[in-house]
Amino acid sequence: MKRIPFALSLLMPAAVLWSQTPSGDEILNKVDQNTFSENKIVISRMTIHGRRVSRTVEAKSWQRGTRDSFTEYLAPAREKGTKMLKLGDQLWIYSPASDRTIIISGHMLRQSVMGSDLSYEDMMEDPHLPNLYSARIFSEETLNGRECWILDLMSKKENIAYDSRKVWVDKSRYVILKEHLYAKTGKLLKTLEVRDMRRVQNRWVATSALYKDILKESEGTEFFIDSIVFDADIPDYLFSKAALRK
Amino acid sequence: MMRFLLKGLLRDRSRSLFPFIIVATGAMLTVFVQAYMNGVFELMIRSTAHYATGHVRIMTTAYAREADQIPNDLALLRIDTLLDEVRQRFPDILWTPRIKFGGLIDIPDTHGETRVQAPVFGTAARLLSSDSPEWNILNVRNSIVRGRMPQYRGDILMADDLAMKLAVQPGDTATLISSTMNGSMAVANFTIAGTVRFGITAMDRGTVIANLEDIQQALNMEQGAGEILGFFRDDLYHEDQANLMTAEFNALYNIPKDEFSPIMGTLRTQSGLADYLDLADAASTIIISIFVIAMSIVLWNAGLTGSLRRYGEIGVRLAMGEDKGRVYRSMMAESLMIGFAGSILGTAMGLALAYYLQEHGIYFGSMMRGSTMMISNTLRAQITPFSFVIGFMPGMFATFFGTAISGIGIYKRQTSQLFKELEA
Repeated sequence: MKRIPFALSLLMPAAVLWSQTPSGDEILNKVDQNTFSENKIVISRMTIHGRRVSRTVEAKSWQRGTRDSFTEYLAPAREKGTKMLKLGDQLWIYSPASDRTIIISGHMLRQSVMGSDLSYEDMMEDPHLPNLYSARIFSEETLNGRECWILDLMSKKENIAYDSRKVWVDKSRYVILKEHLYAKTGKLLKTLEVRDMRRVQNRWVATSALYKDILKESEGTEFFIDSIVFDADIPDYLFSKAALRK
Repeated sequence: MMRFLLKGLLRDRSRSLFPFIIVATGAMLTVFVQAYMNGVFELMIRSTAHYATGHVRIMTTAYAREADQIPNDLALLRIDTLLDEVRQRFPDILWTPRIKFGGLIDIPDTHGETRVQAPVFGTAARLLSSDSPEWNILNVRNSIVRGRMPQYRGDILMADDLAMKLAVQPGDTATLISSTMNGSMAVANFTIAGTVRFGITAMDRGTVIANLEDIQQALNMEQGAGEILGFFRDDLYHEDQANLMTAEFNALYNIPKDEFSPIMGTLRTQSGLADYLDLADAASTIIISIFVIAMSIVLWNAGLTGSLRRYGEIGVRLAMGEDKGRVYRSMMAESLMIGFAGSILGTAMGLALAYYLQEHGIYFGSMMRGSTMMISNTLRAQITPFSFVIGFMPGMFATFFGTAISGIGIYKRQTSQLFKELEA
């Protein structure tokens, strides 16, 4: 009889540890809290590695919540002045060369943004992962010296771009360090690898990442955040179609 | 002797009229079927060459591998240098660069907002230069339904059916939304110069024809082109010459490890046409052979019937002492005369019918509403030099051999039995 309490006492630390480990959904909520703010202004670059050449596109984005954003491309010269407006689930693009504002819809959403590995559909997706996926901890791993949980994300909704995901979440910073995105058939479609992160206004922000469309024969697209300001003062007029032509 | 036989044939119509009609009908049908089959197969080859592959086509190796997807990011660059070189090396060929592209045509309202959009498939070719062979190859001038030919930068031609669907007129602005060579979104304004109808359902549904330089600019591919097409000057596909040229070009220009080095392919090796050409050749040969054989049997039978009908006449001639060999030869000569005359008339009638079908064709567009095949919706016959002689094969040889075989019976007749047979 004395052996039973002893055996239980051996299991106690594990039970305490188990109770301290958050659930997959809790981890995902914390990632979400770390990522999102009321609004933000981001100056970023993306280097697109094509089969022939690599080119860098620079942009400035103003984001209101997670549904609205206004982006102006700054470079290269051919793309300069191109603007993109996202209001909820609608997306417009303004081309200065033709002075036309075009709504992006239907199959055009599957096209890549500026030739990168990111599609307009990716841009339009609800960025709040807890709204779209339920999570469970699959395993743990050390990635680039950082302790991570590996979460399996299964979609809660029908007809979303990626039916499941596998994400590597930094245990202490609650930042996604790596991500695999899968189709309904289980085929790996895209990967994300965070290469650098920085603390900005009490948040950990991934400032360099490689996003790769597995179906494309290229080296992927590198994203760099040069500057990010959270909770900035952004005028409302920017989130209107009239702002596209200005 | 020949004159005597000819007089006999003309005066005794029971000996010549029936075989003559049979021979003429057989020859006519053979000529017509050959020209019709030729027209059907040639039509598809020509449409594919003119609008898709050329007789030979130069692309980058990477583009050639994915040509069905129109991968303009893998297009040929610095095409003017390459064009100069191939024009010097292969002067007998007309060389012309093209860009194929897909995208959306967006028609703005009076406020510049999208009024209507439609998916389009486009071909860009050098239309503005005065020496461009594209006017004839794309048959643009004859295809114009409304408006004018492209004359200025920014002019496009739009399929008339598409223009009707979008409710646009010549002179209206249309915005092309496509992808640049780098994959960015391309948005460019064009003026609809005119509307066209090619008579190819797949193209009439949603094609735009644009000037090459405009599309190069819009898709950010200056000095680039998806493909350079080569055409034989007589507009006929010469397989052996195309193969020789392709081998010579690829030995000079293609670098196996460089996926962006140019590679030349022939009409046969592209767009799955190899199987089609083989099938067309085989089908054409088989159908014509079956027809010729069937007609030969009919005419042979006519020859046999004729000989049997003349059983009594031959008996009298033999009884009067005419040599068996002479009778046999005279019958052969008669059959040759009938065959020759019938073949001439049959060939003339077959050619006349085929010519009518060559000029007017049979429209079957209503059966091809959903078609994506590069084939004209009007089937036409095509008369070739072979059409002038093919009718003589069943017309002359079958009658000749029919008579030759049935005439063997002459040698089996016994002189001692002749009078008995005649009395009966």
